[in-house]
Amino acid sequence: MPLFLNDEQTMLRDTAKDFVAEHAPVSHLRALRDAGDATGFSRDLWKQFAEMGFTGILIGEDAGGLGLGHVEAGVVLEEIGRNLSPSPFLSTAVAAVEALKGTPHADRWFPGILSGEAVAALAIDEGPKHRAEIAMTAERSGNGFRLTGAKQFVTHGHVADVILVAARTAGRPDEADGITLFAIPNDAANLTNTPERLADSSLASRLRFDGVEVDADAVIGEVDAGGGPLKRLLAAGRTGASAELLGVGGGAMDMTVGYLKERKQFGQPIGSFQALQHRAAHLYSEMEVARAAVLKAQQLLDAGDDSADDAVSVAKAMTGMATTLAVQEGVQMHGGIGMTDEYDIGFYMKRARVLAEMFGDANFHADQLARAAGY
Amino acid sequence: MTDLDTFRTETRAWLEANCPPEMREPMRSEKDACWGGRDQSMLTPAQKQWMDAMGARGWTVPDWPKEYGGGGLSPAETKVLREELRRIHARNPLNSFGISMLGPALLKYGTEEQKKRFLPEIARGEIRWCQGYSEPNAGSDLAGLATSAEDAGDHYIVNGQKVWTSYADKADWIFCLVRTSKESKQGGISFLLFDMASEGVSTKPILLISGYSPFCETFFDNVKVPKSQRVYEENKGWDVAKYLLGHEREMISGMGLGQSTGDPLVDAARGGVDPILRAGIAQFQVRARAFAIQSERFIDELKAGKAHPAQPSMMKYYGTELNKTRHELLMAAGGSDALEWESEASNHGADARAWLRTKANSIEGGTSEIQLNIIAKRILELPS
Repeated sequence: MPLFLNDEQTMLRDTAKDFVAEHAPVSHLRALRDAGDATGFSRDLWKQFAEMGFTGILIGEDAGGLGLGHVEAGVVLEEIGRNLSPSPFLSTAVAAVEALKGTPHADRWFPGILSGEAVAALAIDEGPKHRAEIAMTAERSGNGFRLTGAKQFVTHGHVADVILVAARTAGRPDEADGITLFAIPNDAANLTNTPERLADSSLASRLRFDGVEVDADAVIGEVDAGGGPLKRLLAAGRTGASAELLGVGGGAMDMTVGYLKERKQFGQPIGSFQALQHRAAHLYSEMEVARAAVLKAQQLLDAGDDSADDAVSVAKAMTGMATTLAVQEGVQMHGGIGMTDEYDIGFYMKRARVLAEMFGDANFHADQLARAAGY
Repeated sequence: MTDLDTFRTETRAWLEANCPPEMREPMRSEKDACWGGRDQSMLTPAQKQWMDAMGARGWTVPDWPKEYGGGGLSPAETKVLREELRRIHARNPLNSFGISMLGPALLKYGTEEQKKRFLPEIARGEIRWCQGYSEPNAGSDLAGLATSAEDAGDHYIVNGQKVWTSYADKADWIFCLVRTSKESKQGGISFLLFDMASEGVSTKPILLISGYSPFCETFFDNVKVPKSQRVYEENKGWDVAKYLLGHEREMISGMGLGQSTGDPLVDAARGGVDPILRAGIAQFQVRARAFAIQSERFIDELKAGKAHPAQPSMMKYYGTELNKTRHELLMAAGGSDALEWESEASNHGADARAWLRTKANSIEGGTSEIQLNIIAKRILELPS
């Protein structure tokens, strides 16, 4: 499969580009933030996403979705990133859908996702850094399980209808086996849900499970073999976050290159100065390499290829590095105005930081790749 | 089974039968590269067998038309062939400026007679070419070249000097930029082909920091070149030169890509390095692996006519800077073993010499700074 978008994917990209730019440009994020919005996104917009068919991209046609793949989901995510649109798309329509696919939970949640009513959140991280280890416990209790532990960085956790929780049903925290993925309602007893505002004005919850009781049918997939759905969730989440990062970095770069052409100092556009030209050209190169890595990961996931894991880590690490450069250069090249809240480039910097951290940062994934290569 | 699957199966079987085991071992140094040429006495039997087998099939240039000695393969088939070659870690059967630089330019700008005359022997590795571009006073400002070609009826008389002519002392023929008019800088350049054995051609190797002399100074003293050996129109050689430089940049950008298997840097890391160096290698590998994917994407886009015409500059810039980093890391991992310059154990200083050689990557074929200028102006459209 060639490493560029085919005609259908290009059409979808054009549709998504126009739609997101019209309905959820950066000013939309700014308005939500200024209003102190407590939801974290616009529910109307989420419904419109559904009407456009976007929320069903990864849902099979038999279940009423479009039956498309990660390349198509990524096309939409890139536009979300480019416009910094607050949306539960990544957690709900990408990561959760992939985890729930082929399980009884799909029947329960896919209709709501397809209609733009349901929102899902992902409770994976247990500390400030994403790690491969899962320590939270789920002990057998009666007909089901009792969950004890803490999760954080649960985006949309306070409004989600369902929270996907990775917990340990067997083994030690550093073991890959013995993990089970659960689908838990937000109103479960003994679950404390504290939304925290993040630097980019999005909301992510800290969750405390003080013996949360769930039925056996809350299990996604098989007990102790939750690594399967969790693996799918993480691969989809990481690849999706990479695509969104690509949009954030691309948006920041375009804005910055535009500014270099407009802003005059010493009687000429600052973009005519070689010192800035070379930095912009270097940034362009990093972003191109990142784009290739993302498309490769998406294609391999769609093909069910064994080497997808490595490609996903390459994509997440590479977009993390390239987009971090894009927003840093963006603020620097804008000069003083880049430091003002009034100007949008700072929003790009904040969003990039959040996405770079999500599902493992560049250091985490470089380390994963090194381990996989045997060092 | 699709046609492409059949092609893959057949290709795999053919490579299994025709690629000698020695040609599946990693190259120990640049001296192991096979260049072909009129004099093939330096080639090992395995090198010759591998080059001849691939050349006879046209697979040294899989995507060139069959009538000019190529394999006539489709882009998809070419990709399969490359994948299968990579799978068995096959060495490049033939390193050739004829393939990577002159050939594409001849296919686009050459006359039918020139194509029939030169391309098949390039494909078979029978003629080794060198590139006469840079001059002592025309480096980054290449169009400022002064080597003159004076009109003498049915031929030109060429006088002047080239520098950094790769392997000029080993090459059979040269493709050479000459000035046929002083009226216009870029519009006064022509593109000539001639035999390095012509009367009046002399070469002098330049000793480099690596201890090797891959580059030469090349002198022309009243060299007679038939006009039938001019490619494209008189004073339009700059078009050919630029087109060719794009291909040169692709070639240079593709050197030394990171792979997770059979990679000396990964082997070194596996052998145990301190944590800071391990982190450096791990971060480098992310970029190297992403760039390998970008190279695949670039070729796909190129074949489909979707690549930006200045994209080779990005590839050249990124690939060469990456390669320099790779060799810095290899030297750091190798420690004092890698410093040995002459010992048998170090294969005559292969690591150190390769490290020093890579420093030229970001200078030759247009410096990194020139590539960044091109990206800024032609892709980002920043003002002058």
